[in-house]
Amino acid sequence: MKLTLRVWRQKNADADGAMSTYEVDGISPDMSFLEMLDTLNEELILKGEDPVAFDHDCREGICGACSLVINGDAHGPERTTTCQLHMRSFRDGDTIDVEPWRAAAFPVVKDLVVDRSAFDRIIQAGGYITAPTGAAPEAHATPVPKPDADFAFEHAECIGCGACVAACPNGSAMLFTSSKVNHLNVLPQGAPERETRVLDMVAQMDEEGFGGCTLAGECATACPKGIPLMSITGMNKEWLRATRKAGKR
Amino acid sequence: MTSNATDAPYTDYAAYTTGEPVVDTKAPDGPVHERWDKRRFEAKLVNPANRRKHTVIVVGTGLAGGSAGATLAEQGYRVVQFCYQDSPRRAHSIAAQGGINAAKNYRNDGDSVHRLFYDTVKGGDFRARESNVHRLAQISVEIIDQCVAQGVPFAREYGGLLDTRSFGGVQVSRTFYARGQTGQQLLLGAYQALSRQIAAGNIEMHPRTEMLDLIVIDGRARGIVARDLITGKIDTYFADAVVLASGGYGNVFYLSTNAMNSNATAIWRAHRRGAYFANPCFTQIHPTCIPRTGDHQSKLTLMSESLRNDGRIWVPKAKGDDRPAAEIPEEERDYYLERIYPSFGNLVPRDIASRAAKNVCDEGRGVGPGGQGVYLDFADAIKRMGREAVAAKYGNLFDMYQRITDEDPYEVPMRIYPAVHYTMGGLWVDYDLQTTIPGLFAIGEANFSDHGANRLGASALMQGLADGYFVLPSTINDYLARNPHKDEVTAGHPDVREVVAETEDRLARLLAVDGDRTPDSFHRELGELMWEFCGMARTDSGLRKALERIPQIREEFWRRIKVPGTGEEFNQSLEKANRIVDYLELAELMCLDALHRSESCGGHFREESQTADGEAERKDDEFAYAAAWEFTSTGAAPVLHKEDLVFEYVHPTQRSYA
Amino acid sequence: MALATRTDRRPSFARTVWDSSVGKKTVMAVSGLIMLLYLVVHMLGNLKIFFGAAEFDGYAHWLRTLGEPFLHHEWALWIVRVVLVVAVVAHAVAAYQLSRRDIKARPSKYVHKKARTSYATRTMRWGGIILALFIVWHVLDLTTGTVHPDFQAGHPYQNVIDTFSTWYGNVIYIVAVLAVGLHVRHGFWSAAQTLGAGSRTRDRALKITANALALVLTVGFVSVPVAVMTGVVS
Repeated sequence: MKLTLRVWRQKNADADGAMSTYEVDGISPDMSFLEMLDTLNEELILKGEDPVAFDHDCREGICGACSLVINGDAHGPERTTTCQLHMRSFRDGDTIDVEPWRAAAFPVVKDLVVDRSAFDRIIQAGGYITAPTGAAPEAHATPVPKPDADFAFEHAECIGCGACVAACPNGSAMLFTSSKVNHLNVLPQGAPERETRVLDMVAQMDEEGFGGCTLAGECATACPKGIPLMSITGMNKEWLRATRKAGKR
Repeated sequence: MTSNATDAPYTDYAAYTTGEPVVDTKAPDGPVHERWDKRRFEAKLVNPANRRKHTVIVVGTGLAGGSAGATLAEQGYRVVQFCYQDSPRRAHSIAAQGGINAAKNYRNDGDSVHRLFYDTVKGGDFRARESNVHRLAQISVEIIDQCVAQGVPFAREYGGLLDTRSFGGVQVSRTFYARGQTGQQLLLGAYQALSRQIAAGNIEMHPRTEMLDLIVIDGRARGIVARDLITGKIDTYFADAVVLASGGYGNVFYLSTNAMNSNATAIWRAHRRGAYFANPCFTQIHPTCIPRTGDHQSKLTLMSESLRNDGRIWVPKAKGDDRPAAEIPEEERDYYLERIYPSFGNLVPRDIASRAAKNVCDEGRGVGPGGQGVYLDFADAIKRMGREAVAAKYGNLFDMYQRITDEDPYEVPMRIYPAVHYTMGGLWVDYDLQTTIPGLFAIGEANFSDHGANRLGASALMQGLADGYFVLPSTINDYLARNPHKDEVTAGHPDVREVVAETEDRLARLLAVDGDRTPDSFHRELGELMWEFCGMARTDSGLRKALERIPQIREEFWRRIKVPGTGEEFNQSLEKANRIVDYLELAELMCLDALHRSESCGGHFREESQTADGEAERKDDEFAYAAAWEFTSTGAAPVLHKEDLVFEYVHPTQRSYA
Repeated sequence: MALATRTDRRPSFARTVWDSSVGKKTVMAVSGLIMLLYLVVHMLGNLKIFFGAAEFDGYAHWLRTLGEPFLHHEWALWIVRVVLVVAVVAHAVAAYQLSRRDIKARPSKYVHKKARTSYATRTMRWGGIILALFIVWHVLDLTTGTVHPDFQAGHPYQNVIDTFSTWYGNVIYIVAVLAVGLHVRHGFWSAAQTLGAGSRTRDRALKITANALALVLTVGFVSVPVAVMTGVVS
C-alpha cells in the first residue's frame, strides 16, 4: 500500500505545531498503525530528519499509552486502541490525518505525545480504597454479589488512555472519572470512602481544566474498552448522594 | 569501572573464571515453614519516628515496584519513585492475562502452602531456592486478601465468593483471575495504593524519567542517575537504599511479548557497578503467541495458554505442504503433541510445547508466512461443544486473534508460534532480596527470582506482589536499621560526578556517531541472532557463533549508529539506542551462561543434553547451582560465582510427560 | 504511619453545587425540568384557543384569580413568574459558565473535522440562545404588548391571532418551537442522566419519553399558528 500521511508536528510544548505531509510506500495491510509509523520513522532517521514522536508501549491494547487521533477519530476508525488498529482498515492511496489528543488538560509534549498526568491526579484525589498493606481481612470475609463484582470489573477495565477526553467536544474527563468512581463505589470495600471519593475526584477533574459533560456520547463511542455512557449517570448519582450527605454533616 | 569502551582489549569472553561461591548470608535455617517468621523476627527494625528520615528510591512501577513504593510509604519512609512511562499505571505487568496463584484451598481440592511450594520448585526444574519458594507460597494467601481489600474486581461466583480456575496443567484450582485482565486489575490496585501515597506527599513520583546508572559510594548503593525524557536533563537522586523493580530483559530478543520500551538498562547498569547477574540464560518461551507476519513486526502478542485446553495442535505431515488447512485431509495431518506425548497431549508444559513447535517448523512443516507457525485447531471443539460454547469460553481471545490476523478462527485454524515471554534470570539477590551491592535491592522479574529455570503460569504476578507488598518492606528495614546514613551525598561528590560524566558521555557519543543505521536495525539484528542461537534450543557451536558475532555487532553499532536530534529534548531514538547499548552486552552474558550450563533444565534446552526420546536432561551433579556472574569490563570474560542449591524438602526428579 | 490524605472540612452545600461542573449541570437539570413542566401546562392552556375566544380569555382571566381569596389577585401568577425567572436565569447562567469552561477545555480544534462530534452540544447551545431571545420577544409581544402591533390588555385571543397574522410572528414562533422540541429531546434525557435517574434498563423508556415530550410540545405549540394561518382559528 502507498499512503499519504498528514502528521501533526510540534517541536515541544511551547512551539507552534502544524501538519506535515509524508508519503509512505510498501505498507503491508497486516501492519499495525504504529508499525506503519515505525516504517516512516526509520526512513526519517536515515534521511537525517526528526522522527515522529508518539506514545506507545505494550502494543497489545492494554497499557493505554498509545493515543492518536486518526482522521478525526480517537484511536481511528475501529473500536480499539491505535496499537491494535491495522492498516487493512485503510485503502491503498488513502490520505490519513494523524493528530494528538487535543484538550487543555492534555498539553502536547512533542508531535503526537501529550501529557496525561491530569488523569493521575484525579486518581490521587480519591481513586483508591484505603487499605494499607497488611491490614486486609480474609478475602472471603465480605462476599460481593456477582452482579456488583461484574459491574465493578466492567468499569475497572478503563486503561486511562484518554480517548474519551480526545473525542469529547468539550474535552471532558467524565467517562474516565466515572469509571473509577463506579468501580470502587459499588464494592463493599469501597463504601467507607464512597462520598469523599466522588466529591474529591470530581473536584480535581474540574481543577484540571477538563470541560463539562453535555452527554454527547462521543466518549463512550471512542472508548476502546467499551465503558458505557451510563457510567457517567452512575457517577452523577453518586455525586448528588454525596453532596446531600455532606450537606447534612 | 570503564565506560562502554569500543576499543576494549580483546579477550576471549568465553574464557570466564570461577570465583568464590556466593553465599546467601541472610537465609535462615530450621524448618522451611518457620524460616520467614524467623527472618522477620531477627531483622532489625527502624523506629517509626525515624523512618521519614530515610529515603528509598524505587525504580519501576509495575506490580513489584508499585506495591513496594506504596507499602514503604505507608510504613513512613520517604519514597522517590521512577518510571519511564507517562504514568505509573502503564507498567507492563498490566498485560498479564491469566491469573495469580494462591494456596487458599477455597476449593477444598487438596491445595496447601506446601503443595504450591512443591509445584513451584518442581516446575522450576530444581533450580530455585527452597526457602524463597516456600516464603512465596506462604505469602500468596495474603496477597489475595490484600488485593480484595483494595477493590481488585476478581471473578466471583453467584454466591459472591471468589472464583478460581486451574491453570497451566496444575491439578488444583488455585488461580484467581479477573477475566483475561488479571495483571491489569492487580496493577491498578497497586497503582491506586501508590497514588494515595503520592497525594499524601509520601512519594515523590517521577514519570517519564529513566534510570541510566547507579550511584555507588563506599561500596553502598546511594542513588541513581536518571534522565528526564521530556527535557533530556540528566539528574542525580540520592537515597539510603535503591530498589530496582524494572522488570525482565526479554526485549534482548527484539521480538517478544514484552512492552516496546521494557528494557534492561537499570539492571545492567547495576550489574556493571558490581551487582551479580544470575542465570541470565533462563528465559521462558511461551508457546501460544500470534506468529509474525513480516519484517515490519515490532512485537508479538501472547494468547492465553488456556486455548490449549480445547484446541488441537497440528502441522501437515508433508514438508512444504502449502494447501489451505481445510484442504489437508485428516490422515495427512500430524497432531504431533498428541503423537509424541500421548498422556498429556496438547497440555504439555510451556517449554516442551514450544520446542516441539520449533522442531516441526525446522523440519520445513511449519505453516503460514515464512513457515513459522503451527495450527491450533478448534474444529473438533466446535463440533463437540458447539460454536456458542467455544465462543463463551474463548470469544475474547478469538476476537483478538481475528483483529490482528484478519482470519476467523471459527472457520480456519489459528496459527501460533512460540515467543519470548518472561526471563527467570536477573540480578542475584539474597533472602532479603538484596543484591551483592549493599543497599541495592531487586524485586519482581528484575531479580533472578523464585522460579528457577522455568516459571509456572500465573506465578509471575504472585512473585511480583509478594516481593513488593510483603518481602521487601520487611527486609529493607534490617538494612536501613543497620546502616543509618549520617553522611549526605551531594551532586558534587567525586564519585557522583564521575557517574554523571560517564552517562553524559555515553549519550553524547551515541549522538555523535551520525552513521547510517537506525537503532531498530541493530536491535533487530541482535534479536534474530539471539533467537537463533540462544532461543528455544541451544548448542555449543551455536552459542560460540553468537559469542563471536555479538562483539562484531557491538563494534559496528558504535561505528554506524544514527541517532537524530539532540540529548536536550524528547528523543525516542536516543532512548532506544541507549537501551541497545546494554542489550549488546547483556546478550553476550546470556550466551555465555547458556554455553557454560551444558545441561538442559526448564526453559534452557541444550541439544547436547537430552534423553533418548528427546527430553531435557538435567545434570544435578554438575549444575545444581545458581550461576551468578560478576562483571569485569565490556567484552571481557566475567567471573562466575556459584550458589549451591540444596533440596531438603522437594527431591529432584526428572520430568516426564511422555 | 499511613498518613491521612483527606481533610473533612468541606464547603457548604450551595458552594459545592455551584462550584462543580457536575453541580452546575444539576442546576441546569432541575431548572430545565421546572421549565419543561411549565411548558407542558402552557401548551395545554394554549390549546384552549380551539374552543373559542370566550373560553381562552376566560382561562387567561382565571390564571389571574388563581388561589383567591387566599392569595391576592395575580399573586399566583407572580409566584409562577418569579420561579420561572429564577429558573431561566439559573439555567442560562449555568449554561453560559459551563459552555465557557467547555470551550476553554478544547482550545485548539482538530484539523480533521468530524461533523457529528458536537451535534448534541451545538443543538443545545444554539437552541438555548434562540430560546432566550425568543422568550424576550414572546413576553414583549404577548405579555406586555410592547412589540405587539395592536395589543389589547385582557384580550389574549385577539392578541394571539394578531401576532400570527404577521409572517414574521409565525416565523419567529415556529423556529422557536422547533428549537424547544430539539432542546427538550436531548435536554430531558440529559437531565435524567445528570440527576442519576438513568440506567441501562430505563434508558429506552427515557429516550422514548424524551422524544414523545418533544413531539407533543412541538405539535401542540405549532398547532396554534398553523390554525391561525389556515383560518381554523380566527
